[in-house]
Formats: sequence, structure tokens, C-alpha cells
Amino acid sequence: MSKVYINSVASISAQRTFDNSEFLEAFIDHDDTVMSVIDPNYKEYIPPAAARRMAKGIKMGVVASKIALQEAKLENVDAIITGTGFGCTVDSEKFVSALIDNDEQYLTPTSFIQSTHNTVGGQIALGLGCKGYNFTYVHASISFESALLDAQLQLENDEASSILVGGVDESGDHTVKIHRLINHIKKEKIKSSELLKSKTEGAIFSEGANFFVLSNSKQNDTYATLGAIVTYNTLAKENLNQVLEDFLKENNLDVGNIDVVVMGNNGDVTFDSWYHELSKGLFKNTAQVAFKHLCGEFYTASGFGTWLAAKMIKTQKIPEIVKLNKETTTQINTVLLYNQYRGENHSFTLLYRC
Amino acid sequence: MNKGVAITGMGIISAIGNNVEENYNALISGKTGVSKISKITTIHKDAIKVGEIDLTNAQLEEQLGLTPENNYSRTALLGAIAAKQAVANAQITDIKDYRTGLVSSTSVGGMDMTEKYFYQYLEDEAVQKYIEGHHAGDSTQKIAQQLGIEQSLVTTISTACSSAANAIMFGARLIKSGKLDRVIVGGSDCLSKFTINGFKTLMILSDTDNTPFDENRKGLNLGEAAAFLVLESEEVVRAGNKKVLAYVKGYGNANDAHHQTASSENGDGATLAMEKALKVAEMRPEDIDYINAHGTATSNNDLSEGRAFLRIFGNKIPDFSSTKPYTGHTLAAAGGIEAVYAVLAIQNNTIYPNLNFETPMKEFNLVPQTQTKEKELNTVLSNSLGFGGNCSTVIFSKKS
Repeated sequence: MSKVYINSVASISAQRTFDNSEFLEAFIDHDDTVMSVIDPNYKEYIPPAAARRMAKGIKMGVVASKIALQEAKLENVDAIITGTGFGCTVDSEKFVSALIDNDEQYLTPTSFIQSTHNTVGGQIALGLGCKGYNFTYVHASISFESALLDAQLQLENDEASSILVGGVDESGDHTVKIHRLINHIKKEKIKSSELLKSKTEGAIFSEGANFFVLSNSKQNDTYATLGAIVTYNTLAKENLNQVLEDFLKENNLDVGNIDVVVMGNNGDVTFDSWYHELSKGLFKNTAQVAFKHLCGEFYTASGFGTWLAAKMIKTQKIPEIVKLNKETTTQINTVLLYNQYRGENHSFTLLYRC
Repeated sequence: MNKGVAITGMGIISAIGNNVEENYNALISGKTGVSKISKITTIHKDAIKVGEIDLTNAQLEEQLGLTPENNYSRTALLGAIAAKQAVANAQITDIKDYRTGLVSSTSVGGMDMTEKYFYQYLEDEAVQKYIEGHHAGDSTQKIAQQLGIEQSLVTTISTACSSAANAIMFGARLIKSGKLDRVIVGGSDCLSKFTINGFKTLMILSDTDNTPFDENRKGLNLGEAAAFLVLESEEVVRAGNKKVLAYVKGYGNANDAHHQTASSENGDGATLAMEKALKVAEMRPEDIDYINAHGTATSNNDLSEGRAFLRIFGNKIPDFSSTKPYTGHTLAAAGGIEAVYAVLAIQNNTIYPNLNFETPMKEFNLVPQTQTKEKELNTVLSNSLGFGGNCSTVIFSKKS
């Protein structure tokens, strides 16, 4: 089986992350219930006329894919695999409201066409002229991990040699409005820097695109080696430790081998308890890192976590702003990511220094 | 030598029947499920025909034994019914005896409830339970729960009209790589105003029964359906001495990279998908005994797919037919129900007629099978082609 490498990264998020020469040097301390992304100059990558037709998610996805390809010095890839929890929610909202408001009359196809979940994957393929394998996974908080796993299986078996993998989600006004009603979004504004200490229900919603070029050949500037990825539709809190220990054991690791654990805490008092189980238990003495106070919550936010892990491994640095505890590590060789959303769709991902 | 992945169970609910047997009987007797729409109030009701499932949500909920507080979309209800049938058909009594996963697919997801309660959500607490059911993964989570799949790999694919074919492909990959011992794969999509109006704006809905590969075809009929297959590893089959219905022998996915919704005129994507599937199956074009075509009866699809047939098979095109005149185009579920039809074709050595065909297309001389035909079938190729240029082929075989 071939090894799988993360050869390039690209992140458009609520932090200034689109420039790969930087690494969270300037922390943006949002103070709201929904964070917006720090936009790159989309015009540098997409002709303005085309950009105007694209909803935010498509724009972020297409540009992130271009950044990732540029960094990997590739013109094309063998496959494009995308993950998105909500899909093209802005165009979906537009089409639903138009059809209700106008009693199914005077509708135009554009928003319907762009509402399809695989629009971003399709648009990237169209732009690149990539006729290869093209999948879109849409399973809530493991959408990105499903894409990652699919790519890994193909690269391990040499069915492809380079694959573009990405997670993308956009936030839509109506979607935000109705998720406030059911308390999935916090009622009160909170500063990003205070989020993880929050004692209230709900998360801070956001959006973003995190793309990677994965390959079974290593380059000089490769970020990391991708290890095992596993996802669970359900995982009871009382089983978490056992399941994690089994996962590590299957990968010939124990808790002591993990240099940094990256966790998806989002400041929701009800569901962060899964993370606390690990941070106060198995990983008490491990350097702990969190990321959702930087990027907010969205179904593919774990893509940002993967970006963070890859950057930490490559730079051998843990930015102050992501540290959850005072534990340190001399080397960052093995990183474990753990993510879940509202107690469902859990994932563990391992990344290694090359 | 590439070994196929065993299919040990299947389940289906569509406009032509609420289980596998009813679907098969309708197929061989030429009985269509396409009719006037009855369960959705739409101003287009007289201008379109659809493949609608007879059962109401309340009846489906009752079959599943759900309590009134449930927040199942119709997509989840249909999916749960079909997936449970598949598991029962595979004679699985304990779903936890092997590492069992679920790969489902949908394009509509919970849109039926979203479009119903879009504004009502803002003022009526009673319907807010459906908000969480909107995203595409929700129906899959519910199907997994219905099947008793816990702490396992459960995911969803959405690649428009090729979705369920892609779920079968990923499922087969998970078995081959040893990640899972057993995986339930397929898809579910219900009818919605969203898709009715969407396809209406694209002007590809027919006001009559759809007529695949006919010169005078006027477009597609939408349909709703769900179908699932149980795929099991060689070890599970051997240990349980299980009956294998057929094998997933080959699969391929490619992108047309031509247009966001339309297929390329020369069928690049479909040609590549079929080529890849043949390669994985280690087969030559002449090994294919029957093609269950995507054949949606849109002007664009049938031309593109037909040209792809000519590119792959030359002048020796196997018997082919589209079953869309029976069920309508069931979007994400299409690759799932047509996988069930492909397996049934192999089991019964029977090819289904392409209903409503009269006049060959002027671009080429391709004539689908128009009568039920009995013939030894060892391999069936099934195509699913969708928006975003997504083209998929799955090859099913009698032997591994």
C-alpha cells in the first residue's frame, strides 16, 4: 500500500488563512453569533463576470482549489472529492423562497442549477477540464472526512496519484435564522477569544473552504503524511475512551505517542462534554489544541482543523491562540484530530510528520 | 483477478411497487407507474406526469412504527422502508455480528419539509422539529438508526442523478479494502416542488409519458423511490454460507467537464465511465449482455448516452433499455433502483422493455429492446448520468 501525503493546503476561513506564507500571525477576534470569512481577492483567481454568477460557496471552493493546486504545482489532478454539509444553501434558499413567493411562476433556472450539492465539485472540474472521478459527500460533520477517506483508499491502492480533496460550506440567511430558533446558534454575542469558556447552549456559525492536494508521491514541501481516518455515526460518551484507545492500538500507537490533539470544541455547553472527556482524561498531559473559536462552526469545519494540524506539523509550531492547555511538546510528529457535532458523526484522523 | 463484491440482499420502493417482487412483476408485464401527481399541490399538476409512490407519509410512518413526534422527511421514510427490506432479504438477524456500514445517497434530502414549512418555521414551534432534518445526511442517520447500525461508518453521497450508483461504488471499495465486512448501499429521493419547478425551469419535463431514445422524446417525468443493496465480503458470505444474488463486478466514475447541467454531445463522461468500469471488471465490451441505460428521455441525455454506446460498443451494441418510463426519473435513487433491476434481470435472465419507444433518433440507428426478452444474462451494465457532469457506470455479474 502506498503512503498518502498532504502536499498542499488552502484555507478560506474567518481568519486570514488564504495566504500560505502566513500562519495565524494576526488573530481576528470576532464578536458575534455568526462569523464571516476573511475573503481573498477572488478577482485574482476568477474573472469578475464569472465570479458574479457564483454563490459564496462556489467562489470559496473554486478559489481554495486553485490555491491548493498552485501550491502543489499541479495543473490538474486525477480526481476531485468534495465534502459539504449543507451544500449550496444560498441558492437552495433563493429557489425555495422564489417558488413560494411567486406561487411557482416566473422562476429562472440559475439558482436551481447551482443548488445541487455537487455544484462546487462540478464547477472545479469544469474550470480545470478535469474528467476524472468526482464525488461529493454530504454527511453533516463527517462530510469532509468521508471525502478524505475515499481519496486515501484510491491513493493507497494506486488508483490515482493526486487527488484534490476539500470541504466547503456557505452560510445562508434563512438557514441561520431558523437555526437560531432551535438554539443551534448562541443567543448572545461572544468574543472568539472567550468562546471555549462559554457556558451557554449553541455554537457560533460560520462558513469556509479548506482544500488539499493529496498524493502518493512526496514532494519537497509536503506538509504531512495522512494516517488513519475513522468515522462513527453515533458514539456514546461512555464509550469514547475505549473506542479511541482501540483506534490508537490498531494504528500501533498509545496516548503517549500523540504529540498534539486537535479538538472541535465549539463552546456549546451541552456537546463540548465529549471533548472534555478526553482533555480531562486520556489527553490530560498532552498538548491540546482547539480551532472552532477561530473558524466558527460549520459542517466541514474539521477541514480547518486538518489545515491547522498540517500547518503545525510543517512549521513545527503551535500558535498561542489555539492552545487549550499549558502542555508543550518538543516535536510535532503525530497529531490526532477529534471532531463531532451535537454528539453525532464523530471522527478521528491521524496526521504524521513526514 | 478482480473479484466481484457479493450482493446478498436488496430492497426497493418505487412507483411500480412497494417491494422487489411488485417491481419485478410490473417490469416484465410492462406496467408503468407514471401518472398525474396526487400528493403534492402544484400549479403544474396538469402539465406534468410523475412516478409517485402510492403510500402516504402517514402510512409509511405506520409501517415503520414511528410515533407522531417523529421528524422524518419522506426521503427518510422511503429510505428506511427499502433499507429494512434489503437487510431482511439478506437474512441478517444481528446487524452487529459484523462491521456493518451504510452509504446512502440523496439529492432532495429533507427538502419536502423545508419547502412546506419554510416561512412557518419562523412562527410555529410545532414544525421546527423538521429544521434539523433538512441537511442531506439526516435521512441517512435515520436509516442507520432504523437498521440498528451504531458506532460505525455511515455516510451520504450527493452527486445529483448518479448518486446511488456512486454509493454502490464507494461501498464496494470499502469492502474490497477491508474497511467493512458488510455495507448497505443505495439511495432515496422523494418528489418535491423544488425539483418539479427546477426541472420545469430547465424545460426538460415532459407533459406526457417519457419516451427514452425516441426521436420525438419530450423530456423526463420525475419520480420518487428508494432502493438499497446489501454488499458483503467473501468471508461473511462463506461463513454464513449465504446466497449471493449477483456481484458488483466493475464500476467507474468520470466527469464530463462540459457544462454544469448538460451532457456533452459526444458523451465523453459516459464513455469514460463505461471504459473505467469495464477495466475494473476486467471485461471487454462484448462481455456485456444487457445495458440498463440512464435514458431519461431528455433530448440531451439520450443523444449523449447513445453516442457513448457507439463509442464503446461500435456496431455491436448489446440489448439495451431504459426503465425510466416505468418509474420516472428518481434522481439520486435512480442508480439504486436500477441496480435492483439489473440484479433481477440477471437472476431471471430477462430484459425489460423500453416502453413508449416508436421512432429511432435521426442521429443514429439505435433501437432499444421494446419487448420483454428472455436470454441468458451474465453481465448487466447500468449507467447513471447527472448534473455537474457526473457520469457513473456499474457492472453487475452472475459470477464473481
